[in-house]
Amino acid sequence: MKWDWSAVSDFMPHFWDGLLVTLQILVLGSLVSFGVGLVWALLMRVPSRWVTWPVGVITEFIRNTPLLVQLFFLFYVLPEWNITFSALTTGVVAIGLHYSTYTMQVYRAGIEGVPVGQWEAATALNLPLARTWTAVILPQAIRRVVPALGNYVISMLKDTPLLMAITVLEMLGEARLFSQQNFQFTEPLTVIGVAFIIISYLASLALRALERRLVH
Amino acid sequence: MSTETLPNPEKSPEQGGGELIRLEQVTKRFGSNTVLDHLDFAVDAGKHVTLIGPSGSGKTTILRLLMTLLKPDEGTITVDGQKLFPATEKERREVRKQIGMVFQQFNLFPNMTVLRNITEAPVTVLGMSKDEAVERAKGLLDMVGLADKCDAHPAQLSGGQQQRVAIARALAMRPKVLLLDEVTSALDPELVAGVLDLLRDIARSTDITMLCVTHEMNFARDISDQVLMFDSGRVIEAGPPEKIFSEPEHDRTREFLSAVL
Amino acid sequence: MTSGLWELVLQGVWVTIQLLFFSALLATAVSFVAGVARTHRLWIVRFLAGLYTEVFRGTSALVMIFWVFFVLPPAFGWQLVPMWAGTLALGLTYGAYGSEIVRGALAAVDPAQKEGGIALSFTPWQRMKLIMLPQAVPEMIPPFSNLLIELLKGTALVSIMGMGDLAFSGNLVRLALQESAEIYTYILLIYFVIAFLLTRVMRGLEKKLKAGVGKAPQKKTAAVRVPEGSGVS
Repeated sequence: MKWDWSAVSDFMPHFWDGLLVTLQILVLGSLVSFGVGLVWALLMRVPSRWVTWPVGVITEFIRNTPLLVQLFFLFYVLPEWNITFSALTTGVVAIGLHYSTYTMQVYRAGIEGVPVGQWEAATALNLPLARTWTAVILPQAIRRVVPALGNYVISMLKDTPLLMAITVLEMLGEARLFSQQNFQFTEPLTVIGVAFIIISYLASLALRALERRLVH
Repeated sequence: MSTETLPNPEKSPEQGGGELIRLEQVTKRFGSNTVLDHLDFAVDAGKHVTLIGPSGSGKTTILRLLMTLLKPDEGTITVDGQKLFPATEKERREVRKQIGMVFQQFNLFPNMTVLRNITEAPVTVLGMSKDEAVERAKGLLDMVGLADKCDAHPAQLSGGQQQRVAIARALAMRPKVLLLDEVTSALDPELVAGVLDLLRDIARSTDITMLCVTHEMNFARDISDQVLMFDSGRVIEAGPPEKIFSEPEHDRTREFLSAVL
Repeated sequence: MTSGLWELVLQGVWVTIQLLFFSALLATAVSFVAGVARTHRLWIVRFLAGLYTEVFRGTSALVMIFWVFFVLPPAFGWQLVPMWAGTLALGLTYGAYGSEIVRGALAAVDPAQKEGGIALSFTPWQRMKLIMLPQAVPEMIPPFSNLLIELLKGTALVSIMGMGDLAFSGNLVRLALQESAEIYTYILLIYFVIAFLLTRVMRGLEKKLKAGVGKAPQKKTAAVRVPEGSGVS
């Protein structure tokens, strides 16, 4: 195996560009998944099958089909409907939506984990339903689910390279571009492979520290 | 302990000794188990009523029905002349304003400070200004002997302290009726007396109507105007505490009292 | 859509199913080898198995696929056919996740069971084979079922390498028809149906395995016993 350090140093500027885009996708995609997942979880608690059934089917569908095809769908179909976003925005929406179907399950568990006595106390104090959710239930539920949400952020990190397929130049996209231009595949692909391992390792350390802080 | 700060619903004429709570033909089933069986009873305003009886006899179910945590399968419940069941959720919310409850497990909101626990409902439900709510909450905390715990979170308090905060939280809504559901059952023995003393004070110095489920027979004797003995979803004996505790008529009452006293 | 294009899609389904089958096989083998190795008494075995898990879980499946397709051939001088390259990348990546499932399920077996095996002077391998695995495997099925769905979704990644799987056939039809909504809807529906069928099969397998352990006649040792209530679920 031959290894060319000069190829590594040539690639590094592109690597940093790609890393920036990867982190951008990760942060924005996480925010979308946290928000939309919460909406799904709350809709699933509406006491009407006219709501829970469609929401259940839609989210099952999104969760059980490949993110890659969903990316293609949004990337090629939306323009046909005269809705045009940048590739990055499309990618963030797709990945956020995909992961919202996972975060909704996390929220559901968190909400169900709030003791029933909390609901009863809210009723006894006559708090309106909206206030019960925002002031009593959700603050407790979300605190419980932070570690699980964090795990999905780490999973999402490993799915960010899929956005390369819709022309987004995140880390893998940069590596492929560089490889094709310079006919050097080993170095850039190995660099980003190692980068993924390091980032997800650091992220899991950070998450464990956060978990410890939340537990006390 | 200052009693001046106690919320003191004025003795309004329509309430002066009149009937406040009425249950008619109330039935509650859990699956095939009938917990309350066509129950009738009424409580007059300002009275302190204690429900006693073996566990599973339906005492707590009555409190939970009055707090609308449960729905009766049959029958009507009226509070202060207004229907609680059957009624729309909107009507129920109005009636519920007059009722407060203290739970066995305290059920304080762990994500809020002690002060916020008490001010939350007066501000969001009664529309009280924040300053006024805080001032009253501090008065109530002073009364329950926890003036220095305003900024603590419930988890930092002992069980007895948490229950005293829960009592203050219920009183902050100035309810006409206070429901006490085995409020000392979850406490360590040495913390029970403090909470019971506080409730005795409240019983003595206010006109608040109390409905109390307890296993503390001495406490029941002290504060009650009336004691109701429950068995299998029915009231089998009722009367002033002197009578129930000293010369019970019913065999089941005698058995029960000899087991718990 | 013409029948010719449908034929293209069907070929894609067939490639996806083959890839899923082979990579699931490899992932299962890797899961058990690495998962069991992480309970080994030698620290070096545990360490190597743990290292494998961390590395392959830490990286992205798609990056791994690129690596297998583009870095392995020049580095080692052999070129894998795409099907085996895809199988290798997916099997190793998802096997790393699977090894966590195996490790977790083994750790959840009541320690008294292990002691029972020691008391009967089984060798470590006999304990694993006769006591630990029969009890742990039924518990692994639900998480493995989820992982299988993730793997199915992961197979779509090979389309980026130009392999003619289901997702790739969608791209071809899109190019042929210059229209995307219809074909991608079909493609997603086909994936959904496959996922649904897989879930059903795994649920049946779980029932069968749990019943199998629950009903198993007392074997050589009374230690092969299942905790209360795990017979049906």
